[in-house]
Amino acid sequence: MTMGKAAITGTGMSTIGRNTGRPAMDHLLEAAQQALASAGLTRADIDGICTYPGKTDNSPGQSPLGTGEVRGALGLKTRWHSAVPDGPAQMAPIMVAAMAVMTGQARHVLCFRALTESSSQSAGRRASIAGAGKPQIGGWLSWLVSVGAMSASNWAGWMATRYFHEFGMTREHLGMVATGQRQFALMNPAAVMQKPLSMADYHDARMISSPLGLFDCDIPIDGAAVVIVSAADAARDCARAPLRIEALGSALQSQETWDQRPDLTTMGAHDASADLWARTDFKPADVDVLALYDGFSIFVPMWLEALGFCGHGEAKDFIAAGNIGPGGRFPVNTGGGQLSGGRLHGFGLLHEACQQLWGDTGARQVADAKTAVCGMGGGFIAGAMLLNRD
Amino acid sequence: MRPLPELTPENTAFWTGGARGELMIACCNDCNTAIHPPQIVCPACLSRNVAARAMAGTGTVYTFTVNHQPWLPDMAVPFALAVVDVDGAPGVRVTAPVISDQPETVQIGQRMQIRFEAAGDVWLPKWQPLETGACA
Ligand SMILES: [Zn+2]
Repeated sequence: MTMGKAAITGTGMSTIGRNTGRPAMDHLLEAAQQALASAGLTRADIDGICTYPGKTDNSPGQSPLGTGEVRGALGLKTRWHSAVPDGPAQMAPIMVAAMAVMTGQARHVLCFRALTESSSQSAGRRASIAGAGKPQIGGWLSWLVSVGAMSASNWAGWMATRYFHEFGMTREHLGMVATGQRQFALMNPAAVMQKPLSMADYHDARMISSPLGLFDCDIPIDGAAVVIVSAADAARDCARAPLRIEALGSALQSQETWDQRPDLTTMGAHDASADLWARTDFKPADVDVLALYDGFSIFVPMWLEALGFCGHGEAKDFIAAGNIGPGGRFPVNTGGGQLSGGRLHGFGLLHEACQQLWGDTGARQVADAKTAVCGMGGGFIAGAMLLNRD
Repeated sequence: MRPLPELTPENTAFWTGGARGELMIACCNDCNTAIHPPQIVCPACLSRNVAARAMAGTGTVYTFTVNHQPWLPDMAVPFALAVVDVDGAPGVRVTAPVISDQPETVQIGQRMQIRFEAAGDVWLPKWQPLETGACA
């Protein structure tokens, strides 16, 4: 079954960096203007707007902008707007926007993600600790944060421990993910990290939450990305080849927790990915470029298995065989990913995949890339998308 | 400051059972399903006849991590966090810090005993390794 009724027509990403000192809206404006230019649209064409998660100060700088401020700043007169804090991961606004254009609520939806985590943390507030500083906390976070599992690195760490135990993966394999993505970053002037990372550097770095060390964790930055989702008929008028949203997967078969899923060597990604492939005739072998959520390196092998690029427990061999790095058959996160490029909560990964399909990625371009898969989220949070161009 | 859990009708038994040293897990009185995080309705049979029961307070480490990063200024590191399969409550895990001077010695399969520490109006769980049973 093919969706084919929604397409990505433009993307933009601001000049991201650490401690940029620029307001979030300044980043957003840069990304939005880039996206409009790449689509060949003007702001008058934008009649919908959507974001994840909406304005929140749950952790410092995590989401400083809501749809209201962006509508105001850009002078948008929209027919439809929405923010999606509770959905299939950071991809939720793209999915909801696709549904909005397919049901005629809008024709061109500006989807955005803005973060100022780097500046916020430099200003003396601590790293991405949801709920820190509040006296009380509810919901799924309370079962983690209240007992001292304050960081997502803890949650990803215990998933990695179990995965290592069952399948014999070692830190060497995760090091291949980190160093491979750094090689890509060195071919991407926009990536935050521009120095080589050797396997020795990887092993020498301090431990954060075992078995995850410093280079297994992505990098907080300031920045913004914009993705324009258009109705298929409207997409034909845009400047570049429409990237058809061939299929979306957002199934979730387990609870909203990071510790109760019966098999913690799998995640929500596995449910969303199965759902994705059930909705298309495409197969993993048809994919040219992969954008896989790498908030922590361990998510990459888990997404590879979830999406069926290799079997359960086989990712370590798949990675060691050179499949996912530069020159590999299934290149992952060709812009350097969040590990080396900076954390734009999946939007940066999607931006890179779109640039690949448009042939705009210079030295790291994958030849004749036509089909990309994007998997966003970790733990119980997951959304998957397949993009294809003619 | 570490935030404490907001008490709700669903979770009060869990977070206050420590006052008596009891690990309280919600269970369905109709079909015996153990429910965690606790709910007022049984997800297996939709019964509202759900109540917290005191468990033996022991369990087996399913997985763990050793945290080395002080996420808060007053956080002493390193410490282990264990995700423990709770005896008597199939499918239920309780995640808590491990009481140990040697967090690096925690292993999958290790047997644990629950302990509690009072904090505000709640009692936070901790896992203490049992001498008898390291069996990975
Ligand atoms: Zn029941």
